[in-house]
Amino acid sequence: MSYAPEVRERLETDAKEIIGRYPRPRSALLPLLHLVQSEDGYVSDDGQEFCAEMLGLSKAEVVGVATFYTMYKRKPAGEYNVGVCINTLCAVMGGDQIWEELSEHVGVGHDETTADGKITLERLECNAACDFAPVMMVNWEFFDNQTPESAKQLVDDLRAGTEVSPTRGPRRLCTFKEASRVLAGLPDGQAGDGPSAAGPSLEGLKVAKANGWEAPKAEGSEQK
Amino acid sequence: MTTLTPVLTRNWDQADSFTLDGYGEYAAAKKALGMDPDAVIQAVKDSGLRGRGGAGFPTGMKWGFIPQGDGKAHYLVVNADESEPGTCKDIPLMMANPHALVEGVIIASYAIRANHAFIYIRGEVLHVIRRVQAAVREAYEKGYLGADIFGSGYDLELVVHSGAGAYICGEETALLDSLEGYRGQPRLKPPFPAVAGLYASPTVVNNVESIASVPSIIANGADWFAGMGTEKSKGFGIFSLSGHVTRPGQYEAPLGITLRELLDMAGGIREGHELKFWTPGGSSTPIFTAEHLDVPLDFESVGAKGSMLGTRALQIFDETTCVVRAVLRWTEFYAHESCGKCTPCREGTYWLKQVLKRLEKGQGAEEDLATITDIADNILGRSFCALGDGATSPIHSSVKQFRDEYLKHFEIGGCPFDPAASTVWGSK
Repeated sequence: MSYAPEVRERLETDAKEIIGRYPRPRSALLPLLHLVQSEDGYVSDDGQEFCAEMLGLSKAEVVGVATFYTMYKRKPAGEYNVGVCINTLCAVMGGDQIWEELSEHVGVGHDETTADGKITLERLECNAACDFAPVMMVNWEFFDNQTPESAKQLVDDLRAGTEVSPTRGPRRLCTFKEASRVLAGLPDGQAGDGPSAAGPSLEGLKVAKANGWEAPKAEGSEQK
Repeated sequence: MTTLTPVLTRNWDQADSFTLDGYGEYAAAKKALGMDPDAVIQAVKDSGLRGRGGAGFPTGMKWGFIPQGDGKAHYLVVNADESEPGTCKDIPLMMANPHALVEGVIIASYAIRANHAFIYIRGEVLHVIRRVQAAVREAYEKGYLGADIFGSGYDLELVVHSGAGAYICGEETALLDSLEGYRGQPRLKPPFPAVAGLYASPTVVNNVESIASVPSIIANGADWFAGMGTEKSKGFGIFSLSGHVTRPGQYEAPLGITLRELLDMAGGIREGHELKFWTPGGSSTPIFTAEHLDVPLDFESVGAKGSMLGTRALQIFDETTCVVRAVLRWTEFYAHESCGKCTPCREGTYWLKQVLKRLEKGQGAEEDLATITDIADNILGRSFCALGDGATSPIHSSVKQFRDEYLKHFEIGGCPFDPAASTVWGSK
């Protein structure tokens, strides 16, 4: 093990809290892999060893799981994981063009990181925001309704250290490591930031309100 | 004319809708915990609620399958792994109204006598995960979760669990394997999760929207819910319009509304264009065309026309879109997401991708259409789970309805469409 003792101690404290939530320890494996990504920026060899030790698994068992899931990075990733949805609908609406122009602009391809360690580019499958197409995700925050120009500007801003905000998310975009910590099940206190809903999410409600449409009233009881 | 019925989406325009202050106290959960658990199951059965995750299985009946008095731990697992292409309803629902889900979890867990529940959320939606984590924490602080909820003697622990990027984990048994800390690969059924689910214990796996609908049923009554929708597809659901639509978005309506009605509300197909093809319920549901504008969007009517209601993910494509390109991209998706367990799906999606690639480039031949149909025939019904079946839907339906467009590709030796014309900015 090459984690420094104080790092190891901190990780163990977090890991034990996470493991304690589950009826069986092995259920904590996915969160623990997110946890080691929050330390190392990817699923490192040390990180996998750590998961195996904490859960009483062989390292091979941990590696077998880590390699199945696309969010676990196999090599050091950038501070910002920039994804472009290239599933059918986003691709058709402009995602393909965004990807091509962005990849050329940044000079790296899928699952590759810029030399300054800032940006990893990724071709994403559907991220469940189709009504906001074309969609991009940075560190798994929504950047909705993108264009090739906005995408390039976004990456330039990230590399320059200019503050950028997700469309539906906290004011401050967190780093990949910080995001991984939330995914491990350790909240960062930013849930209250950002809108409840925005743009297309509200279109139906707007139409209903404009027309005075409501769900039927329940007889005798208060409507939920 | 069908009108919209906002229930789950009703508070989304309030700034604090995702907080307990904005949502209000858990009156439905309090009411349910004062009822006999079997009466709660009966109410959900009577409401006619069917699973909102795609398959449409009656929710109350699923709950009723959990053996009682068996001395085993029972579990509720919420499937929040929304990843079916086109499907984008659970994500905004959890972002804007997570307490409806948490309250539903309490009611459902109580009904099936579970003391431990999980919400398995796909990992790629960070802010949604924050919102659900915060809602759960608020519920604990209020005593709506934990020990002796509402003084009823009922205890419930609820864990928010993040996935790590795998479409297949939306399949309920793959999700369970993933939640147990394994690769997310589907199990052979039977046994079904109701008998041997999480940790081989009786488990209910329900979609987010199904569970979030439960508090309204308990609060307003089964008859209220059953008063909406059609005879066999009762209640309301969120319809997600995306693509070449003037105002894409989330439209909550009774089941049985038509695409024509929804398009009227959404401002129609984008200006100057016309509808070419659409999916009624995600990429795994056979495509429809303008001929199907008046099909009631309920389980039976969509099924009778050869597709599936699925997740009500209405992906709309206009005449600028190449159907071969669309099908290729969906096929690449299925090949990417196949877990590799079953040979027909693993190998079949791989080969479909190769043949479609050359078809799209105009380098194919007419016999390739027979080849992709044959491959799809050998996947359909021959894999453990529905991913393989889903992969065949775009193939079969597009070859049937757009054969000429496939032929055109190799007649002219390329794609007859300009992809720039389909983009958001290309039409301006």
